Amino acid sequence: MSALTAGIESLGVLGPGLPDWPATARVLSGVARWEPAATVLPPPLSLPSAERRRTGAVVRLSLAVGLEATARAGIDPARLPVVFSSSSGDGQNCHEICEVLASSERQLSPTRFHNSVHNAPAGYWGIATGATAAANSLCAHDASFGAGLLEALCQVVVERTPVLLIAYDTSYPEPMRSVRPIPDAFGVALLLAPAGGTASLAHIELNLTEAAANCMDDPELENLRKLIPAARSLPLLAQLARGAPGCVRIDYLDGARLALTVSTCR
Amino acid sequence: MSPLALTSFTATSAIGRGLDATLASLRAQRSGLAPCRFETVSLDTCVGEVAGIDEVRLPDGLSGFECRNNRLAWLALTQDGFADAVAQRAAHYGSHRMGVFLGTSTSGILETELAYRQRDAQSGALPRGFRYRGAHNTFSLAAFTQRAFELAGPAVVISCACSSSAKVFASASRAIEAGLIDAAVVGGVDTLCLTTLYGFHSLQLVARTPCRPFDAARDGISIGEAAAFALLERPEGPLDSDEVLLLGTGESSDAYHMSAPPPDGRGARAAMLQALEAARLEPRDIGYINFHGTGTPSNDAAEGVAVASVLGKDVPGSSTKGATGHTLGAAGALEAVICALALKAGFLPAGVNTTQVDPELPVNYLRENRSAPVTHVMSNSFGFGGSNCSLILARVG
Repeated sequence: MSALTAGIESLGVLGPGLPDWPATARVLSGVARWEPAATVLPPPLSLPSAERRRTGAVVRLSLAVGLEATARAGIDPARLPVVFSSSSGDGQNCHEICEVLASSERQLSPTRFHNSVHNAPAGYWGIATGATAAANSLCAHDASFGAGLLEALCQVVVERTPVLLIAYDTSYPEPMRSVRPIPDAFGVALLLAPAGGTASLAHIELNLTEAAANCMDDPELENLRKLIPAARSLPLLAQLARGAPGCVRIDYLDGARLALTVSTCR
Repeated sequence: MSPLALTSFTATSAIGRGLDATLASLRAQRSGLAPCRFETVSLDTCVGEVAGIDEVRLPDGLSGFECRNNRLAWLALTQDGFADAVAQRAAHYGSHRMGVFLGTSTSGILETELAYRQRDAQSGALPRGFRYRGAHNTFSLAAFTQRAFELAGPAVVISCACSSSAKVFASASRAIEAGLIDAAVVGGVDTLCLTTLYGFHSLQLVARTPCRPFDAARDGISIGEAAAFALLERPEGPLDSDEVLLLGTGESSDAYHMSAPPPDGRGARAAMLQALEAARLEPRDIGYINFHGTGTPSNDAAEGVAVASVLGKDVPGSSTKGATGHTLGAAGALEAVICALALKAGFLPAGVNTTQVDPELPVNYLRENRSAPVTHVMSNSFGFGGSNCSLILARVG
C-alpha cells in the first residue's frame, strides 16, 4: 500500500492524572512526573441543560477531549466531520439496562435506551456543536484507537478534509468490570488535516506492519496503555510530546500494528 | 467516487435465507412479520424473526464467538456462494489486502441479557464462560467474520444505530480508494434481543400490528433481524450488463435530537445530495428509492419531505420494512442487497402492509410490485443520534 499521510493540527487528552494535552505532554516528554489520580470528567457545559442531565461519562469524556482539540486549533467544530471510536461504549448504561431487563418489571427508561447506542456521543456532539457533517462511530475491541485512526486518515486522504478523531473508553461497573477490567476513563482527540498544511504540529505517515508495538518506558504508563484501549495511543502521544521526528508503532489488531513515521513541522 | 462492484452479495432475513428466497418473497409481496414469540418477551407486537438461528453451528475453532448474532452471520455467509467468493478474492488479492467493514447495533447483547439473569446470588458475578470479547463486544461480528475467512487486513465494526450497515459501504469505499485494501467484506447483522424490543417499546415507537410504512394510519415499527453481506472491489475487465455497482455514498448528521429527526428532514436531504454528487448523477436519474421508512409517524413524515425536496415527488419508492421489519444495524446492508436484486431482476418491490398511503406525504409510494427496467436506485438509512446515510447503486447496462 502507499502510506496514508496527514498533518496533526492539535490534540485533546483526558485521563487519570492527565487533565489536558499540555499536562500530558509534560508527563510524556519527561518534564513532569506522572501523579496518578482518578480521571475528572467536566460537566458538558456545551450542551443545553435538558440534554446535559441525560449524559453519562462517555459523553462528558468525548466532548471534553474533542472540544479541547478544536479550541487549541481555533477551529469551529461545527465544520468538521468526526470519527468516534470506543471499545465498550457506555458500560454503566449497558449495565443498568441489563439489570432492568433481568428484573421482573423490565421497565426501561427511554433516555437510557437512546443513550445505549454506540454513537450516542456522536449524537450529543452534534447537538452541542451544531456539526452536520458525517460522524462515524467505530468499535474494534482493543484495536479501537487504531481503527479510528485508519478511518480518520482515509477520510483525510480521500475527501481532502480535516477530520476530528475522538477515541475514548470508560470503565464498567461490576459484574462487567471483572470480565473487562478497564481501570478508568481515558480519551484522546486528534485533529487531522490533509498533509502539507503549514499550521500542523506534526506530519504523520501510516503503514501497516507486523512488528510489535512500542511500549511505554514508565511501567505505570505502560500499564495504562495495556489496560485502556484508547490509551494504546500513548506511544504516538509521547512522540508528539517530545516534538522530535521518529518512528513509532502502535497496537492494532492481533496480526497487524500501525507504523507511524512522525515528522515535526515546528 | 470511483464506482465499485458488488461482485457477490447475500441476505438472510424473515423473508428468506439467501437471495432466491428473498426475491421470491418480494415478488409475492409476502411479509415475514408475525406476533412476537421471542424468548420471554411479553410485548404485544410483531417481529421479523429468522427461523433456525439456534441450530446454526459456527465453524470449528470459533466457538468463542457463539452468540445469536454470529450464528445469524454465519447462516447468511454460507448462502449464495458468498463464502467461496470471499475465499477466491482473498486468494487473488492476498488476505492482508481484504478489509472487513460490518455494522451492528447490539452485537451479542442477548447473551449478556441472559447472563444477568444467572448472576451469582452472593457475589453478583456473571456465570462462568461469559464471552465478553467473542459475544458481548460490538467488534465481535467483525472479529468473527475475519477469523472465519482467515482474513488479515483492517477490520472494524461501525455502530451508528440504524445507519450502521449503510455507512460501512462508505468507509470501505474510502479504504479502497486510499489504497489501504483491494476489496472489502461489507455488511450488517443485528438480531432480536430484549434491549431493542423493550427499548423501542419504552419510547412508544413499536406498532402492535405489522408495521405500515408511509400509511396514513402508521403507528410505529416492527423489529426484525437480518444479516446481509456484499463483496466490494474495483471493477475488473468487462462487466456483464446486470452486474451491480456502488456509485455514490452520502453521510450527514442531524445535530438535532437523539431519537427524532428534524421535521424538515434536512439531515436526510444532505446525505442524499452528497450521494448524488459523489455518483455524478442528477435527481432524475434515480428510478427507485428504498426508503428508510420505519413506519413511525415522525420518521416517515420527515423522510417524505426530504426525498421530495431532492428527487421530486414522482420517483417510485417503497420501504421494505413492512416485509422484513426494521432490522436496525442490518437494515442498511439488507436494503442495499434488496436494491441490488431489484436492479438485477428489473422490478421495483412494493411496500407491503401499507393499505392507504398518507396523502400528506409527497411520495410516489409503491403498493404493488412494478416490472420495470431500472438502472439507478437510492437507499436511505437513518439512525438514532441523527446519523444519516444514503447509497446509490446502479446496474452496468
